[in-house]
Amino acid sequence: MSAADVLRRLGRALTDRLWRLGFASRFMLMTLLYSGTALKRFQLTMREIYFTGVLSLIIILVSGLFVGMVLGLQGYDTLQRYGSSEALGVLVALSLVRELGPVVAALLFASRAGSAITAEIGLMKATEQLSAMEMMAVNPIARVVAPRFWAGVISMPLLAGLFSAMGVLGGYLVGVQLIGVDEGAFWSQMQAAVDFRQDIMNGVIKSFVFGVIVSWIAVFEGYDADPTAEGVSRATTRTVVTSSLAILAADFVLTAFMFRGI
Amino acid sequence: MNRAVIDLWVGVFVALGLAALLFLALKVGNLSSTDVGQTYSLQAHFDNIGGLKVRAPVKSAGVVVGRVGEIRFDPETYTAKVAMQIDTRYQFPRDTFATINTSGLLGEQYVGFEVGGDPDMLKAGEVIKKTQSAMVLEKLISQFMFSKAAEDEGKK
Amino acid sequence: MSPDPLVEIRDLNFAYDNRAILTGINMTIPRGKVVAIMGLSGCGKTTTLRLIGGQLRPTSGVVRVGGQVVHELDESGLYQLRRRMGMLFQFGALFTDMSVYDNVAFQMREHTDLPEELIHDLVLMKLHAVGLRGAHHLMPAELSGGMARRVALARAISLDPMLMMYDEPFAGLDPISLSIVGELIRKLNDALGISSIVVTHDVQESLKIVDYVYFVSAGKIVAEGTAEDIKHSREPFVHQFVWGEIDGPVNFHYPAQPYLQELHEQPAKPNGWWS
Repeated sequence: MSAADVLRRLGRALTDRLWRLGFASRFMLMTLLYSGTALKRFQLTMREIYFTGVLSLIIILVSGLFVGMVLGLQGYDTLQRYGSSEALGVLVALSLVRELGPVVAALLFASRAGSAITAEIGLMKATEQLSAMEMMAVNPIARVVAPRFWAGVISMPLLAGLFSAMGVLGGYLVGVQLIGVDEGAFWSQMQAAVDFRQDIMNGVIKSFVFGVIVSWIAVFEGYDADPTAEGVSRATTRTVVTSSLAILAADFVLTAFMFRGI
Repeated sequence: MNRAVIDLWVGVFVALGLAALLFLALKVGNLSSTDVGQTYSLQAHFDNIGGLKVRAPVKSAGVVVGRVGEIRFDPETYTAKVAMQIDTRYQFPRDTFATINTSGLLGEQYVGFEVGGDPDMLKAGEVIKKTQSAMVLEKLISQFMFSKAAEDEGKK
Repeated sequence: MSPDPLVEIRDLNFAYDNRAILTGINMTIPRGKVVAIMGLSGCGKTTTLRLIGGQLRPTSGVVRVGGQVVHELDESGLYQLRRRMGMLFQFGALFTDMSVYDNVAFQMREHTDLPEELIHDLVLMKLHAVGLRGAHHLMPAELSGGMARRVALARAISLDPMLMMYDEPFAGLDPISLSIVGELIRKLNDALGISSIVVTHDVQESLKIVDYVYFVSAGKIVAEGTAEDIKHSREPFVHQFVWGEIDGPVNFHYPAQPYLQELHEQPAKPNGWWS
């Protein structure tokens, strides 16, 4: 392979990516533009909230509890070396509310609900259901894509909140009930250190942004999938990989903006 | 899937999610203790604010009575202008003394109010006249060294 | 032919990325008739349907439906036009997350404000027309191929279209279902007073029901005529197609170098794994 080949390949890879990004942005714009139906006939979105949000409840609640319990164990182990085991509540709550809640819930959401959305839309495309809808004078972006997108955006902050709350409970169970950290100190130090606007609201904003990212990637990958069995399976994988990376990258950027200089 | 069943489950889900956020706000965060309620603004000029940050607490007798709202450099007096949001439940006399203190040896810094005896109270937007700057550790140490050196000088 | 045809296609060209799919197509679909477009797989038949439905834009030429040029319509105009078209997709394309009943009711709920009681009656009527009133509570996954095709047909006629398009309605059906679907296409066309376009490669079944046939090969119309004309056609391609002969203008072998020459050639050097 000559040097020109390498450069050509590099250029092609870049233009392909850019083209795709442009296409995805246009798709996002169309989704927002055609969101009227999804919001006016909210029943459509409710149905999708059931499939994305409600069916993700179990995995979110259980993972939240376990992550909180592990934080309780590990945090206690480290803190007691410095004689400040009462700060366990602060450690558990801050790490959950600021980072772990939004990020881990979004990662779980991407693999539980995002992949399902992609597979569903991809299969509808492969079996010509989207085409059929178009021929019946119903816009598939308004009828199929937008409700799923909004359901994801609405579900994500609620799921992240549940994850964090379960995590704090898990930390409380291990720290206070099992190990015996003073209950009063656990809660009061936590309340003194966790700020509503600075910590909790920023966590909610983060999870909202992650909800937009995951839902956008999931519906786009489904809509853009090759209409074959292989194409749908590839699109599903891409949803999980791309949205996981996007969540982590966006988390870094958001954290840099939100918590800089605090 | 039945419509009524979906509605019920989505209702349960949204209620649970909101309850979780409420739990975080009230039980984990400090929304219940401060922030709520009306505040009024007071100003103070400090020669040096040290490491004071926006949203640092304002305490009187160790109790949080407000928060620092805004910190700006005043180019006319070359001092730091600190605006504080104080809970309307608490009024302070005009000769209140604002200091910048540190909680513990290396803890965060906060504004402390030492109450005077003036019968008139500070009104919203007024400026506190008497202030004391933050203690800067390096300055304290160098002062101590100089005075020590001066003492030694005197003994000779 | 009637003076005012429902669908008129003039000098239609269509290309994907410079690869010509259709060249110089002229077609006329008169009102009230069943017209078949026949040809080999991949010759551009389905593309023709998509051009009529406005899902694709022609490279040049004109498709006129009910007097309107399809590709000049704006989005709402196109959607208005599509409400008066029904399309049956190759494998039915039923919405898999809805029951048979909801599938048929879909367009009524999307496009009309009819009360649910009236929709109920209409849905059962449409399902009755295809003989599946008893299956209204089933999910698409529980239907056989032929039943799915009939439900899709009921869905396609739910808003009483003026034009029905069938994309390979006979593909993958057993002989009984095949006759039922063929029978339904003809009956619905005559009973509802609509016009139909049937895209198919099933010669025997479709020649029984259609009025007029267009033969498409490699993106061009190679023959046309009534069912009788086609059966007795001397045109070599049509003859081979109708009688299913193995050799003729369409070769059994994919184009290749002479056999002996290729056997004696050294195999090409394999490319590196990175290429």
